[in-house]
Amino acid sequence: MYSKDGERYFIVDAHIALWDARPENQRNIHGKQFIDCFYDYHRNLSPETEVWPYEDYLYYGADRLMKDLFEDGYVDHAIFQPALLSAFYTNGFGQTEDAFRLAAQHPDKLTYNHAFDPRHGEDGLVQLRRDAERFGLKGVKLYTAEWYGDSRGWKLDDPWAYRYLDACRELGITNIHIHKGPTIRPLDRDAFDVADVDKVATDFTDLNFIIEHCGLPRLEDFCWIATQEPNVHAGLAVAMPFIHTRPRYFAQIIGELLYWLDEDRIQFSSDYAIWTPKWLIEKFVDFQIPADMTEYAPLTTAQKKKILGLNAAKMYGIEVPAELRLADTPAVA
Amino acid sequence: MAAPADTLLVRARAALDSVLDPELDEPITDLGFVRSMTVDDGVLTVHLRLPTSFCAPNFAYLMAADAKEALTGLPGAGRVVVELDDHHDSEIVNRGLAADAGYRATFGAEAGDSLDELRAIFRRKAHTAAMERALTLLLRSDPDLTEHDLHRVTVADLPESREKQALLQRRAGLGLGVDGPEPVLVDPAGRPCPADQAAAYVRRARAVRISMDGNAHFCRGLLRTRYPESAADQAPRAGDRPLLPLISEARAS
Repeated sequence: MYSKDGERYFIVDAHIALWDARPENQRNIHGKQFIDCFYDYHRNLSPETEVWPYEDYLYYGADRLMKDLFEDGYVDHAIFQPALLSAFYTNGFGQTEDAFRLAAQHPDKLTYNHAFDPRHGEDGLVQLRRDAERFGLKGVKLYTAEWYGDSRGWKLDDPWAYRYLDACRELGITNIHIHKGPTIRPLDRDAFDVADVDKVATDFTDLNFIIEHCGLPRLEDFCWIATQEPNVHAGLAVAMPFIHTRPRYFAQIIGELLYWLDEDRIQFSSDYAIWTPKWLIEKFVDFQIPADMTEYAPLTTAQKKKILGLNAAKMYGIEVPAELRLADTPAVA
Repeated sequence: MAAPADTLLVRARAALDSVLDPELDEPITDLGFVRSMTVDDGVLTVHLRLPTSFCAPNFAYLMAADAKEALTGLPGAGRVVVELDDHHDSEIVNRGLAADAGYRATFGAEAGDSLDELRAIFRRKAHTAAMERALTLLLRSDPDLTEHDLHRVTVADLPESREKQALLQRRAGLGLGVDGPEPVLVDPAGRPCPADQAAAYVRRARAVRISMDGNAHFCRGLLRTRYPESAADQAPRAGDRPLLPLISEARAS
């Protein structure tokens, strides 16, 4: 919970990770390239005071996660969105067992989402069913640029992906978080194209599709799809830190999202540990659309409350204390 | 006869000014993607660097192949070597470039037909973003004009500006007319905007421009973080101001 100027905000950090990118876990050079890429995002977009040493960034462990999110970071509830990256890391990038154990210890504070990869075919479907039961899955995180054998990516509208989404529907896994990354076969096409999101959102209207980093680098295509598909949501991961480095640019992103979607379909996340939530939340609560940007309406306190937590709480059925709800928001969806 | 090395390097840099990052619609030189250029015994060697190891390999290849093409045949250049550094596909791309293998042979099973359509998509997006910048500049300079009126704006109505010049270049690149009476607000295929759609058209164009600007912020910033020495090589992004000029500022200019 964060309070400022007499207002209190229920905070859901909808995208966090517990990773291990230490050299002993790197399977090959790509493991190093991947974490170095993350670390550059972290260094480039964090305030100087919030930059971690590289060694800490490789592996921070459960205790630090709990402190950064819940002691220092104002977060009431956070959702693991793991990337497994088995082609790059021997024991995976996201630490499934550690994260799940932590979520089991703190069910009021943490939700564990897992991942699937439709290229695992029938075996993967069996595994998804097991995972759904073991982890009590409400959501999954899909990374379409994961490497697997000779394949360096997949699309949501691949026939096998449809079978997995059918299974999600059956298993009550309703929240499908999608991270679009580069490298899709064939390389002739735009690797970040989000047209496959449009297709599955139309065909699975009872599932929510949360597009992480609001479709960036294809914000416009994402916005266009989201206007037509009411079950498509924006995750603010990666867009958030512009609030520090380029606040006027951040205003344009949030202004566009509010214009094309609506205030009920935007979710805050820090993308921890790429960034830490504390400063992002403080800055977002203080943030306002600059007065000279007349093409966008000012941000209201109610909109901030929804984005910072109430929207994700509603999607995940997270209990919100009565005093932190909006007048028209029920405790649980 | 070989030209003096320094003359050749000046020419080489000028040639690379014509190579664009298709997603950002900016020269690779201004972006700081040119890491080094050397001439040794008639061999011109250029190293390219990108903001992350995981930049999309198709765009990385396009820029590197375009760079080699732009440099090949420069007066004074004997052999031309272009290498992409520190990318997850450096080995594949560099092998393909060295052999002049072309896109399909470079990527093998991962390639389909060609990258022409991809390139065309981003040419259209670059035009859309340039169109939005020019029209928003006009909107801000004329308080009586609204987004709903923009279908009536012609090339002649646009005040002379860097934004207008940029737009005309992109129009010409797409084969769209650049004469005064041509309507400015068009769809990605170049068709004029219907009278009742002007606000929707310009709003979509704005989202394209904002997306492209955001990518440019990421790419430039990440490159400087990854290669601190690249900061000195980056030219300011054209139009990289906190926002398009305020009404008063646009009127004064």
